[in-house]
Amino acid sequence: MSNPATTRNSLLTPMQWVLFGLVIFCGVLLPALNAWLPEGHVFYVSNFTINLYGKYATLGILALGVDLLWGYMGILSLGQALFFALGGYAFGMHLLLMIGKLGQYKSDLPDFMVFLGYAKLPPHWEPFYSFGFAIAAAVIVPGILAGVFGWLAFRSRVKGVYLSILTQALTYAAALMFFRNDFGYGGNNGLTDFKTILGHDINSPSTRRGLFIASILTLAGVFLLFRWLTKTKFGKVMQAIRDGENRVLFSGYATAHYKLFVFVLCAMITGFAGTLYVSQVGIINPSEMQVDKSLEAVVWVAVGGRGTLVGPVLGALFVNFIKSWATRAVPELWYFIMGGLFIVVVLLLPGGLTSLPGRMKAIWQHFRKSPEPSDK
Amino acid sequence: MFRAILPILVRLCCMLPVCAATLQLQAGVAESHEKLLAAILAPAENQPDAIRALIGVEDPAIVPTLTAWRQGELFVHETENGTRTPFLLGTEANEDGALPGRDLFTGKSLVGPDGKNLYFQGWELTALDTTANIRRSITRVIELAGISDVSATVRASSVEKLGQSQNGDYLPVLKLRLDKEQDPVVRPVLLNAIAMIELKVGEEAERLAAIKTLAAAHSLSGVSQFKEMLAQEDKKPRTFSPKVVDALRHAVITIEHYWYWVNFYGNIFRGISLGSVLLVMALGLAITFGLMGVINMAHGELMVVGAYATFLTQNLFIKLFGMESTAFSWYFLVAIPVAFGAASFVGLLLERTIIQFLYKRPLESLLATWGVSLALQQAFRLFFGPANVQINAPFYLQGNFVVHDIIFAYNRVFVVGFAVLVVFAAWLLMNRTPAGLMIRAVMQNRPMASCMGIRTQRVNMLTFAFGSGLAGVAGACLTQLGNVGPSLGQTHIVDCFMVVVAGGVGNILGTVAAALGIGTFDQLLQPVLGAVLGKIIVLVMIILFLQWRPGGLFPTRSRSLD
Repeated sequence: MSNPATTRNSLLTPMQWVLFGLVIFCGVLLPALNAWLPEGHVFYVSNFTINLYGKYATLGILALGVDLLWGYMGILSLGQALFFALGGYAFGMHLLLMIGKLGQYKSDLPDFMVFLGYAKLPPHWEPFYSFGFAIAAAVIVPGILAGVFGWLAFRSRVKGVYLSILTQALTYAAALMFFRNDFGYGGNNGLTDFKTILGHDINSPSTRRGLFIASILTLAGVFLLFRWLTKTKFGKVMQAIRDGENRVLFSGYATAHYKLFVFVLCAMITGFAGTLYVSQVGIINPSEMQVDKSLEAVVWVAVGGRGTLVGPVLGALFVNFIKSWATRAVPELWYFIMGGLFIVVVLLLPGGLTSLPGRMKAIWQHFRKSPEPSDK
Repeated sequence: MFRAILPILVRLCCMLPVCAATLQLQAGVAESHEKLLAAILAPAENQPDAIRALIGVEDPAIVPTLTAWRQGELFVHETENGTRTPFLLGTEANEDGALPGRDLFTGKSLVGPDGKNLYFQGWELTALDTTANIRRSITRVIELAGISDVSATVRASSVEKLGQSQNGDYLPVLKLRLDKEQDPVVRPVLLNAIAMIELKVGEEAERLAAIKTLAAAHSLSGVSQFKEMLAQEDKKPRTFSPKVVDALRHAVITIEHYWYWVNFYGNIFRGISLGSVLLVMALGLAITFGLMGVINMAHGELMVVGAYATFLTQNLFIKLFGMESTAFSWYFLVAIPVAFGAASFVGLLLERTIIQFLYKRPLESLLATWGVSLALQQAFRLFFGPANVQINAPFYLQGNFVVHDIIFAYNRVFVVGFAVLVVFAAWLLMNRTPAGLMIRAVMQNRPMASCMGIRTQRVNMLTFAFGSGLAGVAGACLTQLGNVGPSLGQTHIVDCFMVVVAGGVGNILGTVAAALGIGTFDQLLQPVLGAVLGKIIVLVMIILFLQWRPGGLFPTRSRSLD
């Protein structure tokens, strides 16, 4: 901030570049430690950890999407989990077809279809044999849904809490649909038991490492993209829309188009994150697209600090750490912790964790001054 | 001496009429006893006819005796002088393991000439013989016994069964019964049954009359029979006379038309009752969200608070009065104010600790209240367990009544009435009292109301508590309609928001219209599309509807812009 010229022109200050490089380096270092150190070595990183962090990285991307919409544009979308899960489903379909005859019923059809008595693969599943098509679908399907919904919503100037409630209803309706067996995507069991990805065993440590690196790089890429986007004039308009949409509208900007573009962009990126998530978690079911999951992502952003790009990633990591600790150590208390986190962050720390150092500094300066009270 | 006898004489005189009545009754019963005994003791070749003669005879002993006969458990005791007495075996064996003989009519033990009870050993008994013919006759008599049963429901169901069998043999018996039958419920059933049989076995004129009767009664079994007959006619023309075919076609149309409308109005009623449930649930939200602008995601949990308050009240009543008492059933009337109080107390706490800081940040109130809802759900799970709790319906909410074949369940009717009452009360409060005026003033413009001397903090607090209390009342209502568990609130919260958003934020009329509209629409779609798909369609339609009217049905007009 001290040098406005640099902040405006470059994506990151030199200092931030160094930090960013460090993070990427760690991202590469962890798999290296996992691959080449013997088990039991002090610095050995377990397969479990690699898998876990890979998962967190994809959740970080989800959080970044929520943040770009909410923190930079004032759109609190509760449909992000839907886009994430749609991407997951698209890629899950591909992975499911890749099982081939290795399934329980030794059939070319996925297990759940055999179980439900399908005679042959439904035609809309056919193209999912192709890896490229599945990835494209994972990005495009959420994009189209977001496009149609966003076009309808933003055109009629649905905003604020109304948009939140409508996206919530959309997510709810979609989850209800996917929960049905006859909808044809595995009902409430979802898609699971994946075996291979691009011909590699999906559970082998080397594949896991590859997926981890892909997730970290995607996260870094999305981070830089958003960073760049928010620095451009476009980004400034976004933030202006957040702060006073009518004024922007009256200044001659088609705010609906801006919103629609960002909404669709976030949906597509979130969909892609869903593919990485599914290949690392190994299952996708309708509970991933419930409203709770969207709200959870919103909490990560709120805890980390919305309106910053580091915040959401930190928040996703931090909250998920607590979650995996709490759900094992004190499972009954997890919901209290989660609920408490919501309340505390909203009431006491609206800027999130990233605003903490600044606040500390302010308090510190306040203390430094207060020993000499001024009577005047 | 005479003085001593006088009172006895007087008493005897008084008893005389009673005795006469008893005697007369006994004469009828004795006659039917005779018939039964005659059938049992008749020579084997006359037995089937004698048994069939029992058809239409009213005697409670007939069915058990004949059943025993068929199963080989009826015996005949013959004394030295040749009198034969049929009997059944009792269950209490004496010390030798022999069983006592039981009289067919009184159920008392048989007494020998020595005045002692008669006991029989298994090996010295031979059951009364049965042949195929006898068994068939017995079956027929037992089947037909139902139509002269004392209980009207038994009569109705057995008459209906006979009608559906379409067996011509039953016709004379049923017609005989028609002369005696007085019960207003059984009589039409009897007429229908006769018509069903005549449809099958009668001549053209009788058939036409039968079709007319069944069509007038809108009989469903009649219409399926008609269709069967028409199908026969299509396969093999001239099975029935053209007049009959014509009448059949007409009758099918009449009856189906009738049931179409019965279903339609039934669905409308169910829709209105579902809409009333939605309305009661959403009304609280219409006040906290619609008027105050607070997105209270914990609204569903406030309903659950009301539901659990009802549960606790019920338990208290069980403890005080016991489950079986009438007093217990009045728990529900007590539970409604208790639920209101409990939920509004929780709402008050919520407002004071959290929401009062967030009036200017609606999106964040959404997040904070979501946190509250998570914590509350978990608290319910810890206190009441994750399973559903048992809530018994009070007697006045059980059962239903039927008008024109449309079923009105009492709990549904109650909800409709309750919704009307609650909406009216809320409207009175908001529009016809000084408190309501203040609430509306604060909601429209906080700073201005504050300048006019209204204590906005207090008004906010009480309004929120009122809205929460309404949620609690909705929860109490829900206990009578479905399961009560920790996640009850989550299943309804989206619907509640939809109702408020579709109705237009900030007025009760919109909420009423939206709730009834959504409820009816949902019920009309459900039979066609199934529950889940119907719900999804309704959600999508609401989203599309808001494209057309973004402000909802009745938007609040205002010049203010953010």
